[in-house]
Amino acid sequence: MNVLEADGEALLAALRKLLAEKQIVTDTELTERMAATDNASPGQGAKMVARAWTDPAYRALMLEDGAKAAEAMNIPMRGMPPLGVLENTDSVHHLIVCTLCSCYPRAVLGYPPFWYKSAAYRARAVRDPRGLLAEFRTRLPETVKIHVVDSTADYRWMVLPKRPAGTDDWTPEQLTAIVREGDMVGVTIPSI
Amino acid sequence: MNFAPGDAVIVKNDWPEAHGPVHIRTPHYLRGHKGRVVRRLGAFRNPEDLAFARPAATRALYHVAFPMRELWPEGGETDDVVVEIYEHWLERP
Repeated sequence: MNVLEADGEALLAALRKLLAEKQIVTDTELTERMAATDNASPGQGAKMVARAWTDPAYRALMLEDGAKAAEAMNIPMRGMPPLGVLENTDSVHHLIVCTLCSCYPRAVLGYPPFWYKSAAYRARAVRDPRGLLAEFRTRLPETVKIHVVDSTADYRWMVLPKRPAGTDDWTPEQLTAIVREGDMVGVTIPSI
Repeated sequence: MNFAPGDAVIVKNDWPEAHGPVHIRTPHYLRGHKGRVVRRLGAFRNPEDLAFARPAATRALYHVAFPMRELWPEGGETDDVVVEIYEHWLERP
């Protein structure tokens, strides 16, 4: 029988049994990983961003090693690709894309939004980033240089957005609430 | 080959997909184009071999910046595309 025509459920059960028998991965590990994947959401990344905005030592750790910074917030990173965090500033704006497939920092942001995987987003991000950003109603001054980061290999990338003006006396909880998924990919910027 | 941040590089103008099944992490739009090494990201087992369950050597991975204008005729003058490229795809100009 062709594997493509096999009953999916039976195939999955057989694969899990073989993985356990060959001691490649236990059923418990699989269940844990599935739970971690399902629990990951943009809210986790937003908490990291809010802490980086209010805690200079944490910001430094996040820019040095994103995975360690995630683990410091109890986000499970074991077995995940390394996480790089790129900081938006007054002079540089980062935009993340994966032109080859749909590499996304799932460990910290959860499942990618539908448009992230679309051919249109992937093709346009590397060729016409300012036009693409305009469709997300994001307009950057001409003086801001855009770095489009094409995530092609073993790293996953997340953006540390700029903290909006007028939030100086905000608590981390208030800051977390204004950080959206798109802000951490670079298609939008946090605003109040 | 070892590269340092700031080094000028060219992505090999190589098209192995024309000769049979391959797994490549070097996007087609970069091949033959000039860029500059931004940082070394570490070393990883070569995904081109891992994808076929072949023994895979560990290769250095670099973040390389390409001016948009180098890649596209209408590319913005100030903007860059920054991409992870394995050492065996990079040459010195």
